[in-house]
Amino acid sequence: MLQDKDRIFTNLYGLGDRGLKGAMARGAWDGTKGLLEKGKDWIISEMKASGLRGRGGAGFPTGLKWSFMPKPDPARPSYLVVNADESEPGTCKDREIMRNDPHLLVEGCMIASFAMGAHAAYIYIRGEYIAERDALQRAVDEAYAARLIGKDNINGWPFDLYVHHGAGAYICGEETALLESLEGKKGMPRMKPPFPANMGLYGCPTTVNNVESIAVAPTILRRGAAWFSSFGAPNNVGTKLFCISGHVNRPCNVEEAMSIPFRELIERHCGGVRGGWDNLMAVIPGGSSVRCVPAEQIIDCPMDFDSLSKLRSGLGTAAVIVMDKSTDIVRAIARLSYFYKHESCGQCTPCREGTGWMYRVLNRMAEGRAQKREIDMLLEVSKQIEGHTICALGDAAAWPVQGLITHFRGEIEKRIDQYAANPHSDPVRVAAE
Amino acid sequence: MTVRRLADEQPASFDFTPENRAWCDAQIAKYPQGRQASAVIPLLWKAQAQHDYWLPKPAIEKVAEILDMPYIRVLEIATFYSMFNLAPVGKHFIQLCGTTPCMLRGAEDIKKVCEEKIGPQRQVRADGKFSWLEVECLGACCNAPMVQINDDYYEDLTPTNFARLIDDLAAGRPVHIGSQSGRVGSEPSGGLTSLKSLYGLDGVSGPGSVAAKNQD
Repeated sequence: MLQDKDRIFTNLYGLGDRGLKGAMARGAWDGTKGLLEKGKDWIISEMKASGLRGRGGAGFPTGLKWSFMPKPDPARPSYLVVNADESEPGTCKDREIMRNDPHLLVEGCMIASFAMGAHAAYIYIRGEYIAERDALQRAVDEAYAARLIGKDNINGWPFDLYVHHGAGAYICGEETALLESLEGKKGMPRMKPPFPANMGLYGCPTTVNNVESIAVAPTILRRGAAWFSSFGAPNNVGTKLFCISGHVNRPCNVEEAMSIPFRELIERHCGGVRGGWDNLMAVIPGGSSVRCVPAEQIIDCPMDFDSLSKLRSGLGTAAVIVMDKSTDIVRAIARLSYFYKHESCGQCTPCREGTGWMYRVLNRMAEGRAQKREIDMLLEVSKQIEGHTICALGDAAAWPVQGLITHFRGEIEKRIDQYAANPHSDPVRVAAE
Repeated sequence: MTVRRLADEQPASFDFTPENRAWCDAQIAKYPQGRQASAVIPLLWKAQAQHDYWLPKPAIEKVAEILDMPYIRVLEIATFYSMFNLAPVGKHFIQLCGTTPCMLRGAEDIKKVCEEKIGPQRQVRADGKFSWLEVECLGACCNAPMVQINDDYYEDLTPTNFARLIDDLAAGRPVHIGSQSGRVGSEPSGGLTSLKSLYGLDGVSGPGSVAAKNQD
């Protein structure tokens, strides 16, 4: 079990002082100048050695991402953009960082910007997080006042940090959509290539990182890559914030070592599954976009990128949504389909039309008002959406549906049988509407 | 994707108050020269906050004028982003999270309370005090079910404490923002399982807690 001395987010629950003084007492802003003096090559190689994989869902190595930034060019300044548009259903970890431990993020922005040669950084926070935005802005103001950041600061790297906000669009969590939105446009994802490291914000080299990836960087550099990589399984190292919601006795956010077995995570921090372990039905282990996993497969699975992808699911943002046997799983997934229908930006036809279609069919299936052959049709259509869109929202909409059909096909068939066994006045329609 | 149109009845004009106008200029200064369009969401948001939490057409035109953007580009933004209310809302505008993590914890019972106490979605109650809307994940899943009322999150709801919350707001009584079940943040209820060495088992008795700091 991870010990308190190895936890990075020591004010995760807001029980201590959230201001600069409290943050410094907990170790933030300790020797930042010394870290910068070791040079950008040292920082990047240390980040690579730490094995940190991006905490926003895709798990791309953070150090490697930083190294993609081209050499500084005065005509095209580099930017760091922090993705704080946390909207993946089940995920609520960045919120806790921004309202309770914001100085870790501010310091991380400074160090990351230095490593990639950026003098300005924008934090794009979702519009609904109004109190969190205020808390973060307070931390930025405190850092300016203490001359920790700013044009002429005591750390010796001229650096400006701005807090920007959105206005309620899940799609803006996609990095290129976020950049579009930050430029004052609708959040519609861009084609890649060119990648943001070459053509990002305002056409300049840009790196987009998740809040947690940036906020852990200062502590990793202070304590060393070897310390961070001593937790978890190979290739899945470090500590991670888990957001556990749904049918557990005590839902919570918690920082734990990567690769902790699911059972241990839930037993230790959440007081077990509601109604006991035999009552567990399925788990969505990484936020709504990954496939659900049935109880027997997840119970002893280590919670990390590689183990979960072997189950054809994923760690994603480590937002663990637990469902017990009282759950109407078809309706639960249908509700997720509605989410993707609502959040599709409308740019690509397979996603714009497909998300709504999948929702309508699933909604009928939840009632049983469908034909069994439509299950295969739904699976087939979901595969036509997956991989045929500019961004990954199409994939994200398809995977929960695929997970449902793979693991709970019997549940859907049972409903169809029950519906057909009872007399109904309305005719059963087929899918093509 | 949702169909979003401007309200039929619109006020004749809109202008920022001098303080808000100064605030707008400070926002525009955050972005490089010539990139003032970046400030469009913050400005529209300020306009909405100034105008009883809904965004009229003259405000969209005003923002376009300030930022030197074509009107259609700003209209696009106002209709794309779901937090811009294009029609009047109640004095207390309730956004209820209905996505799966909240649904699993009982968001549908909270929805029933809204229907009973306020009426159908999107309709302002006769006294003008409330309207409500089911929205997508608001990112407080460990404290589900939850609603956002104007700027504030109210978490760990039950039909009972939510009904009481609505009554308190209607009567103008003070309410507690955040968890309605006594949690500070997203810690497990009933005692910490981590960070105990800093904050004690109960979260307040340890050396690092705010309570301990206040005693020094």
